[in-house]
Amino acid sequence: MSGSREAILEAIRKNHIQGDRARPNVPLFDQAAPADLKELFQKSLERMGGKLLTPDAADPMAPVRQAIVKAGPVLSCVPEFEGDMKVTPQTKPTDIALVEYAVLRAAFGVAETGSLCFTEKQLLVNTTGFLPQHLIILLDPAQIVYNLHNAYQRPEWTQAHYAVFQSGPSATADIEGVLVHGAQGVRSLSVLFHPAS
Amino acid sequence: MTAELHEELTDPNADQLDHGAASSRPLKSRISEPQPRGAKVHGNRPIDQSEAANRFIAATEHEAMHDARLWDLRQKRDKEMHGIEEWEELRDLASGIKEHTLSKLDYYLELFEKNATANGIKVHWAKDGAEHNAIVLDILRKKGVERLIKSKSMLTEECGFRHFMAENNVEVIETDLGERIQQLDDEAPSHVVVPAVHKLRTDVAGVFAKTIGSDPDNADAHYLTECQREATRPLILSAQAGMTGGNFVVAETGTFVVCTNEGNADLSANTPSLHIASIGIEKLIPGLDDLAVFVRLLSRSALGSPITQYTSHFRGPREGGEMHVVLVDNGRSERLGMEKFWRGLKCIRCGACMNTCPVFRRSGGLSYGATYAGPIGLIIDPTFNVHKYRNLPYSSTLNGSCTNVCPVKINIHEQIADWRKTLAGEGEISPVKKVMMKAAGEVLASPVVYRASLPLGRSALRHLPHFMLYNKLNTWGRKRDIPETPKQTFNEWYRKNRKQQAEGGKS
Repeated sequence: MSGSREAILEAIRKNHIQGDRARPNVPLFDQAAPADLKELFQKSLERMGGKLLTPDAADPMAPVRQAIVKAGPVLSCVPEFEGDMKVTPQTKPTDIALVEYAVLRAAFGVAETGSLCFTEKQLLVNTTGFLPQHLIILLDPAQIVYNLHNAYQRPEWTQAHYAVFQSGPSATADIEGVLVHGAQGVRSLSVLFHPAS
Repeated sequence: MTAELHEELTDPNADQLDHGAASSRPLKSRISEPQPRGAKVHGNRPIDQSEAANRFIAATEHEAMHDARLWDLRQKRDKEMHGIEEWEELRDLASGIKEHTLSKLDYYLELFEKNATANGIKVHWAKDGAEHNAIVLDILRKKGVERLIKSKSMLTEECGFRHFMAENNVEVIETDLGERIQQLDDEAPSHVVVPAVHKLRTDVAGVFAKTIGSDPDNADAHYLTECQREATRPLILSAQAGMTGGNFVVAETGTFVVCTNEGNADLSANTPSLHIASIGIEKLIPGLDDLAVFVRLLSRSALGSPITQYTSHFRGPREGGEMHVVLVDNGRSERLGMEKFWRGLKCIRCGACMNTCPVFRRSGGLSYGATYAGPIGLIIDPTFNVHKYRNLPYSSTLNGSCTNVCPVKINIHEQIADWRKTLAGEGEISPVKKVMMKAAGEVLASPVVYRASLPLGRSALRHLPHFMLYNKLNTWGRKRDIPETPKQTFNEWYRKNRKQQAEGGKS
C-alpha cells in the first residue's frame, strides 16, 4: 500500500498549478466581546436546545438533584456530587448504556455557540458524553470564552486525544424537518454554573 | 414496535427551536403519495436528469414539501449570516485557507501523517475507492469484525463501501437517522447533509414498518425517530468497530474533526475499541486558527444553525483502543491539475448550493443519478465520468445563487458554464443539443441574420397557438409561462426613439 502513498503525493506534485498562495492570518474577531459572557452563553445554549439550571447559593447541588426527575442510575464524574455509580478502571464503554443521568464537568464553554468542551479527562470513559439518557453539566463561569476563535486558543486541543464540543442535546430533523431531541445521543442537556473547587 | 414516547420528545418548547436541520416553521405533508424514485441508471449511458426530475415534479406533494423544506434552510442560513458582522470576511478567509492548503497539499498531507502517527494513529493511503474498501476490509478481518457501526460519509458513498462490505459479509449499520432510512430503503442519500429530505413522513413510516417493525399507520416523526433509536442502540452496543468520515483535518496537530447533530459519530467512534476514519485528501487545513473559521461557517451555511450539536476532535486512539485514518484520493489529485475545475476541491460539503438551487429544490437529489447532486454535483460528477454525467451541467439556470451562498467561494456557476464548453469540445454532447447548437451557431455568427431573425421569433411567440409553445419539444415552456414578448426589438426601439433624438440633437 505504500506504493499508493508515493503515487498520490507524486500526482499532487505533478498537478500543482496553483502557484504560491499565502496562508491568511485569522483574526480573533473578539473586539465586541461583553465583559460578562454568562448571558450570551445562556442565550446560545437555549437556542441549541440546552437548559440552564437556576443556582442555589445555600445548597449548590440542589439544582442537580432537582433536575433528576426520572428513575434510573445516576453516574457522577465530579467530586461535588454523589451519584449511584462511578467510573472505575473496570468500566467498559458499553456499561454507560444503563445510565439515566450522567453528571459531568465541562472543560470550558463557548458563549457564541453555547458549546461545552469535554475531553477524555472530564469524561473518564468517552461514552459518558453520549450513551446516558440525560446529561447534567457543571460549568465554571470563569471558563467561558467568547467565540470559537478564542476556543481554539485553549490548551486542550494539543493535550487530549479526544475532545468534543457538545452544543445542546442530540438532535435530528431528518423526517420532514421536525425537531426531535435524543436522536442517538442524550435526550436532554442541563447546565449549572458552578465554579471549580 | 411500540416506542416509549419520552416527554422530551414532545416538549412544547422544542417546537419554537430551529437548531440543527429543524424547519423554522411547521411544514407537514398533507397527503401520502408514492415516492418518486431517482434517475434510471443504465451502466455507462448518460444520466437523463430531466426525465427523473419530471417524475419528481409530477409527485406534487413530494415536490412541494422538498422545495419548502430546502428554501426554509436557505432562509435560516441568511438569518445566521446577518447575525455575524464578519461573515464575508470569514468566507474570504475560508476560501484563502483552502486555496493555500491545496497549493501545498503534499506538504500538509505529510505533516498530518507525521503528527497523527506520533499520536498513535495508523495512517493509510488509498488511490481509489477499491483500494479504500480493501484496506478497511483488511483491518476488519484482522480483528474478526462482523458488525460495523458507521456515521454518514459522502466519501464512502463514492467508494460503494456498503455494497462491498455486504458482499464480504460485514454488516454495516448507518447511525445517522436520515442515512439509516436510506440504507433500509436501499437508496442512496439525496442530499449531503439531509440524506432523506426527499421523503415524506409516510414514506419513512412505510420503510420502517417493513424493516424495523414500526406501526405502518403511525407516521409521527417523534414516534419514528424513537423506533429507530430503540432498534439501533443494541446494534451500536454490540458492534466491534466504528467508522466515521472527517469534515476537517488539521495538519499541524494531527487532528481530524467530525460534525454531527445526532452524536452518532461519537457513539460510532467511542463505543467499540476500533475506530476507522475515511477521509478525502482535500479535507486538509493547516492549523487550529483555521479550523475556527470553518466550524463557524459549516453549520450556519448548511442548516442555519450556529454549530452542529456535536463537533468532535480525534487526535489519537483512546487507552486500549485502535485508530486508523484512510486518506483517499479517488480522482482528487487529478482534479488538482484541472485549470478550470480545481477550485471544486475547496468544497466542505455543506449543501448550501443545493438548498438555494431552483433546479435541485424541484427535482430532488436522486434525479442526478450520481453521488453528488445539485450545483456542486454538476461540477464534480463529470470529473469521475465525463460521458455518464455529460448532461448534468445543463441542469442549471446559471443564476449564480450557488456561488453567492458558497462559504468557501467556489465559482460554481462559472464552472458549470465551463463544463458545458469543455464537454462540447470533447464531443460529449447529446444529439438534440448538437442540432440546436448548430442552428443557433449559424444564426448567431452573422449579425445580419441574427437581427432579421428577431422580429420573426417575436411575432411567432405572440401569434403561435398555445399548444405550439407549451409542448414536449419546447422544454422552456414546461412548468412555466413564457414571458409576454415586446412589440419591438431593442434595436427597433432605439432606431425610432434615441437615434432620432441623437441625430436631432446634432442638427
